[in-house]
Amino acid sequence: MAEKETTERVVITGMGIVCPLGHDVETVWQAMVAGKSGVAKTTIFDASTFPTTFSAEVKDYDFAKYTKNPQLHKHSNRGSGFAIGAAVQACKQAGIDIETGEPTDGIDRSRLGIYLGAGEGSVDNDVFFGAIVEAWDTDKSEMDWGRWTEVALSRMSPMRELEQEPNMPAAHIAMLTGARGPTRSCLTACAASTQAVGEAMMIIRRGKADIMIAGGAHSMIHPLGLTGFNRLTALSTRNDSPETASRPFSAGRDGFILGEGAAMLILESLGSAKKRGAEILAELIGYGSSSDAFRVTDMHEQGRGAIQAITAALADAGISERQVDYINTHGTSTTENDSIETRAIKAVFKEEAKNIPASSVKSMFGHLIGAAGAAELITCVLAIRDNIVPPTMNLNDPDPELDLDYVPNEPRKMQVDVAMNESFGFGGQNNVVIIKRYEEK
Amino acid sequence: MGSARVVITGLGAISPLGLTVGDMWGGLCAGRCGIGQITAFDPVGFSCKLAGQVPDYKIRQYVPKSYRKAIKLMSRDIQLAVIAANEALTSSGLVTKGLDPEKVNVDPARMAINLGAGLISCDLVELAPAVAASTTDGKFDIHKWGKDGLELVTPLWLLKYLPNMLACHIGIIHDIQGPSNTITCAEAAAHLAIGEATQIIARGDTDIALAGGAEAKVNPIIMIRQCLLKRATSENNSSPATACRPFDADAKGSVFGEGAGMLVLENLENARRRGAKIYAEVVGVGHSNNINPAYECLEPDGYGLQIAIEKAMANARIQPEDLDLIVPHGTGIAADDLAEAKAIEAALGEAATKPAVWPTKSMLSNTGAASGAIDVVAAVCAMTESKIPAAKNCDRKADGCNLNIVKEPEQKKICYTLCCSYTYGGQTAALVLKNFDGEMVS
Repeated sequence: MAEKETTERVVITGMGIVCPLGHDVETVWQAMVAGKSGVAKTTIFDASTFPTTFSAEVKDYDFAKYTKNPQLHKHSNRGSGFAIGAAVQACKQAGIDIETGEPTDGIDRSRLGIYLGAGEGSVDNDVFFGAIVEAWDTDKSEMDWGRWTEVALSRMSPMRELEQEPNMPAAHIAMLTGARGPTRSCLTACAASTQAVGEAMMIIRRGKADIMIAGGAHSMIHPLGLTGFNRLTALSTRNDSPETASRPFSAGRDGFILGEGAAMLILESLGSAKKRGAEILAELIGYGSSSDAFRVTDMHEQGRGAIQAITAALADAGISERQVDYINTHGTSTTENDSIETRAIKAVFKEEAKNIPASSVKSMFGHLIGAAGAAELITCVLAIRDNIVPPTMNLNDPDPELDLDYVPNEPRKMQVDVAMNESFGFGGQNNVVIIKRYEEK
Repeated sequence: MGSARVVITGLGAISPLGLTVGDMWGGLCAGRCGIGQITAFDPVGFSCKLAGQVPDYKIRQYVPKSYRKAIKLMSRDIQLAVIAANEALTSSGLVTKGLDPEKVNVDPARMAINLGAGLISCDLVELAPAVAASTTDGKFDIHKWGKDGLELVTPLWLLKYLPNMLACHIGIIHDIQGPSNTITCAEAAAHLAIGEATQIIARGDTDIALAGGAEAKVNPIIMIRQCLLKRATSENNSSPATACRPFDADAKGSVFGEGAGMLVLENLENARRRGAKIYAEVVGVGHSNNINPAYECLEPDGYGLQIAIEKAMANARIQPEDLDLIVPHGTGIAADDLAEAKAIEAALGEAATKPAVWPTKSMLSNTGAASGAIDVVAAVCAMTESKIPAAKNCDRKADGCNLNIVKEPEQKKICYTLCCSYTYGGQTAALVLKNFDGEMVS
């Protein structure tokens, strides 16, 4: 496209989160610095006979308290409900008016966009399983489609079916904010919301929007989600000790912990933020994306894709390896991820690698799947704000093969000016973003 | 940051009109309709028994021998995407690892993939034995499922249904190591993916991108949703060829289907350097949002789509008079088509009634996340052949629609084409394509 390019600096001017450690940024951050766990026995549905009986749930949450018009969102799936809360918090912090036909915030709605990495909603479980039970002829091993259709038609709610679509969280945020700018929703598994933030930054840099609401929302804590991950043997089965089950980089790690939630960041061109007098929380300076092109089941053994994404993000940020103060790892607590991620960090940062604190907050709030990257990016912003690196909890039996500084069990007070956030997804999706303490310069 | 020009150098499509771009274009020119009675499952009890189904194919023919063991992990959505990707890459003259590992002529790290994908519904028959093994007194029992049913589910089951697996399998087959994204915005997904891939090339993060979309909607769960939402026509079951009637006064709803469309997008300099055939240039990308509290339909004045079109036109730096062809979303749902017509008219002003408007879903059905890409492939064929086939089933234009729906095939030079789409979730997208006939068009 033959068009004059702009190169806007992009800053963060708002944040919101709903996750297993709490329903707002400060509560979540305090819990994290205190090393608390959001993992416990699963209560959303009866998972007591599943191989994994625990998860990291968002507890006691009601999206209705964030909106004047809960009726409008009443069919929302869990993920959309979390998205509403996180987006409202982020908009409030950034001074973006919500739920008004005539905003007085001075923000041109056609220059306000949305980019989410958002997951699909759960199937309507009772109807889904119930219709199959009623229609399946076990002797003939075939479906009585007439019966299935009859049951499905009589019990399915059209709106609840529609709300399962992964683009619906973005729809709810558009309804709340009136955003008419560029809007997309992506779903690149566990890397989705980091990709969303990265691409949203690019939209602002290229001058296509002034402000983007970027982040993720997802819940896979439902029978089919748990079934899928349990069958992949991707989850921890440490049922006797849920709180210590997420142990990234430990020798005894045995899988990730299914979490859920939403996290939203307001990304804004520096020009717009200054004009509005918005408080600048950090600057987003780099983004790198790659694919492993290796296997759908495994990461590339040498971390080829991860290395490419990290290298691309550093190049985009225009900084050297030495300038990174903190790495918020993908750190899932699976044998494979934590080994390969460590290998990739060492390949890029070489002798510097051991000097850079690299922690995994999934040790505390589990794996938020599509929402993970944005939630973890928020912790990076807070690490810069408070000069505190959050810990990797439950790291009591170090894996001798893994020898980076994972910030075990205690947060660390230290100067953090540049933080890198890594997200790697099933199928070999790699996304990395870098943020920096904001300076006028 | 760079601002490279982005051109289309490869095309692929699998659609209800056939397994290739040639089949589809031939069918469209011949006025053939790809819609018929649902055969993928027994639609007894469905208010709409029609769909656009892809003819039989043998997936093994499209997958390199070394990767055939992965076919069992490919849901139908993934298979359709793999087939269209194969054709697009073959037509581009690029040689990837998947086409011929001995003659690779592209740098895998400088290739990206960006696809639109749908919410892939699971295969009920595959899950049924596990569900049936988990009942107590004839009711589903979650305790039994957790213990016994779950064990009957194939271990890699989940991987068949993650939307990003379309791009991942293609990426593995063809060794695409650059940025990979999967846009999940339903019927606007493919246009959004093509738009994003264009911007990734323009900003210099890759030289080549495979972009498009795929979705297999002929599945009981997806089809019953369309019946429940009253989006599928319930009145034309006995006449498939005239069932889907975009912009027609007798429009009664859409007909859903399956397919995939795929483009090879390329940095113009890269394409020139290797002497690639250039089909068209992507010159305009625009996105916005419908905001409608009653989000089960398009907002009545189509304002969110209007903004997307205006942005795409501004991005392309052309005037409404410059457009020769519009390929609208045109679903056959009367209220939505009317809102879309209003959006086009509002965005283009007086010039809106001039360009030929060619809705394709009457023949190709509504293929969801594939539809935008299939439409772009059809538009590029029209541009390269200087021919606009007739739109089917718009016998009497709906009141309030002033668009110039193509009644008879037209032979004419097409300089600029506008394609647009929207979803019920609100996202809207528009693309402007420019003829690339040796740069003769100014």
